[in-house]
Amino acid sequence: MLLRHTPPGFSERKALTINPAKTCQPIGAMYAALGLHNCMPHSHGSQGCCAYHRSSLTRHYNDPIMGTTSSFSEGSSVFGGQANLLEAFTNIFTLYNPDIIAVNTTCLSEVIGDDLVQIIKKAYEDKKIPVGKFVIHANTPSFTGSHITGYANMAAAMVKYFAKNTGKRNGKITLIPSFIEPSDMTEIKHIASEMGIKYIMYPDTSDVVNSPMDGHFRMYPKGGCPKESVTASGDSEATVALGRLGALPAARLLDTQCKVPVHVVDLPIGITATDRFVDTLRKIGGVGVPESLRQERGQLVDILCDMNQYTYGKKVSMIGDPDVLLSMVQFCKDAGMEVLHVLTGTPPGKVKLEDRVRELYGNKVVVKTGLQCDMFMFHQLVQENRPDLIMGNTYCKYICRDMDIPLLRIGYPIYDRIGQSNVPITGYRGGMHLLLKILSIFMDRQDRDAEEENVELIM
Amino acid sequence: MRKIAIYGKGGIGKSTTTQNTVAALAEMGKNMMVVGCDPKADSTRLLLNGLAQKTVLDTLRTEGEDLDLDDVVKIGFKGTRCVESGGPEPGVGCAGRGIITSINLLEQLGAFDPKYKLDYTFYDVLGDVVCGGFAMPIRDGKAEEIYIVCSGEMMAMYAANNICKGIRKFAEAGTVRLGGLICNSRKVDREAELIVALAEKLGTQMIHFVPRDNMVQRAEINKKTVIDYDATVAQADEYRKLAAAIEKNTMFIVPSPLEISELEALLMEFGIAD
Repeated sequence: MLLRHTPPGFSERKALTINPAKTCQPIGAMYAALGLHNCMPHSHGSQGCCAYHRSSLTRHYNDPIMGTTSSFSEGSSVFGGQANLLEAFTNIFTLYNPDIIAVNTTCLSEVIGDDLVQIIKKAYEDKKIPVGKFVIHANTPSFTGSHITGYANMAAAMVKYFAKNTGKRNGKITLIPSFIEPSDMTEIKHIASEMGIKYIMYPDTSDVVNSPMDGHFRMYPKGGCPKESVTASGDSEATVALGRLGALPAARLLDTQCKVPVHVVDLPIGITATDRFVDTLRKIGGVGVPESLRQERGQLVDILCDMNQYTYGKKVSMIGDPDVLLSMVQFCKDAGMEVLHVLTGTPPGKVKLEDRVRELYGNKVVVKTGLQCDMFMFHQLVQENRPDLIMGNTYCKYICRDMDIPLLRIGYPIYDRIGQSNVPITGYRGGMHLLLKILSIFMDRQDRDAEEENVELIM
Repeated sequence: MRKIAIYGKGGIGKSTTTQNTVAALAEMGKNMMVVGCDPKADSTRLLLNGLAQKTVLDTLRTEGEDLDLDDVVKIGFKGTRCVESGGPEPGVGCAGRGIITSINLLEQLGAFDPKYKLDYTFYDVLGDVVCGGFAMPIRDGKAEEIYIVCSGEMMAMYAANNICKGIRKFAEAGTVRLGGLICNSRKVDREAELIVALAEKLGTQMIHFVPRDNMVQRAEINKKTVIDYDATVAQADEYRKLAAAIEKNTMFIVPSPLEISELEALLMEFGIAD
């Protein structure tokens, strides 16, 4: 078996990452860019970067992900990528006609030091960008941060290039979600709508990377936040950043640039975190919580209570991205499960992921963050202290198969199952989906593993 | 805050001139900051009296990204805030990327925060603008004025002209402008006239002619700027004049670099003519 060679014990390492628990910044940046309406993500680097990022996104979302590249050659690396990028603008606007091109840099263009601000200004001056069309950019070197950093950088670029304060508030609330599935974004909008909040949300990839099949190819599906709405977010009453690492940089910039006050909440996954999100909207929107949401919440609480015996005390180990992990840990607490390990390859920076996890689970839980927190380390840890369930992306399947532990697929990437694009885990309804998945896993296991005389008909 | 970058051919005396000028401005009561952008990390030695300083990139490598501003900023002559970017040893790694990383990190850490009430930040940049990284200090929103240190020697003028090509490129899109040429004399014949003529062709000015004086060397051996070593000598006044000229300067232009043939013609006219 693929990972049977992971030695037992804990190998201290100063260097070397084995099967990282994170991916490239541009993947996050491209994904965020798809959350703008009629936007073409553009990778400023060699074509292999773009090919990999597109194929990774395509495999995860099972939808064709559009993206263009500056196609660096040996010459571009020596002379800088300006000529390629300027030509790319002309080609892209001529051939693919987006409203916006969102450029992300790559390791190569970062190392050779291409100055995107200067190149984009020159493109406008040289009339390479047609009137009414726009180019934005984010610096996304993959040798720092992760796909979450890239997502956050591109979200901040939207603010930087578009958000304007006209001096007149528009009564809306800006929602900035961290790196989550399109279905989760839809669910967040559903909650805001149910509460009667007028909102602007970006990045919003719903109806872009999970668009319906109707027999027609659309290079730019109908979803995505329109540029005008991003501009108007500069006049909004407040911003709610959902997830500190992925959403706060954009929200902070909106504050410094347009004086829109920021509220930070965890991603609304599970009852506790969703309650806090709803409560934040209630307070800043000056609205009540409608019966419809109370009903959704009540149904989730009902299942949690009814089925508590199947989740209570179950041990969970998880690996993924900080914003999602933190909310998942809270969800586990909601369901009475015990969390053994929390690992992320994304440097959590000033986010006190560890402190927050310890608030809930004390000193027993193992929390590891940063570069060397990889699948290898995760495998060693779960060998040492075996959980009943692993939560993580597709790459966990090897560990799970090796150890015969069930896997709840969550996070990025998920290459071997579908559904995450269409069925949410955020909000009360998403919490229900999540809980049902977890219950099925535990109950299927019980049915499989029970002695013949103990198989229960009614569970 | 005025943000100034000093460029020029390697070995022309950029670091020495920068530090002596900074000392003169500090003496005038200005709040100064110097950011050394040279892997050799010798841009602040005279201001710090030789104190071996931990560079931004060394600190980043040993302590990770959560470093503290106080780890990398050292206070030198008359309160001057001194930073060295540092970089890889000769022949390995990418010094240009080092400058990009270092300046980004300094901004993140708030090194240019208004609370320091800085009047000037000087970027002392290694040699020629050989790649994108070395142009980092003149990207949009960073240094807005550039002074090129040169002498009447052919190669120094050639380098100055080349740097002007870089400046023109960034000036097209951004706010960076050339403030003038500083002639650091090598006692070449008719040197001042030559540099004035070059400056005119480039569309700029020779902001000051710094005569050659062994006092600079003597102060340097003592790890001091001239003003710090002996404030009464004539050379100290030269740096004061240069500082005053920069302080009063209002001539900021986009340079028009020369063709090589033009540059050679200039040398013929002034150098070999007699």
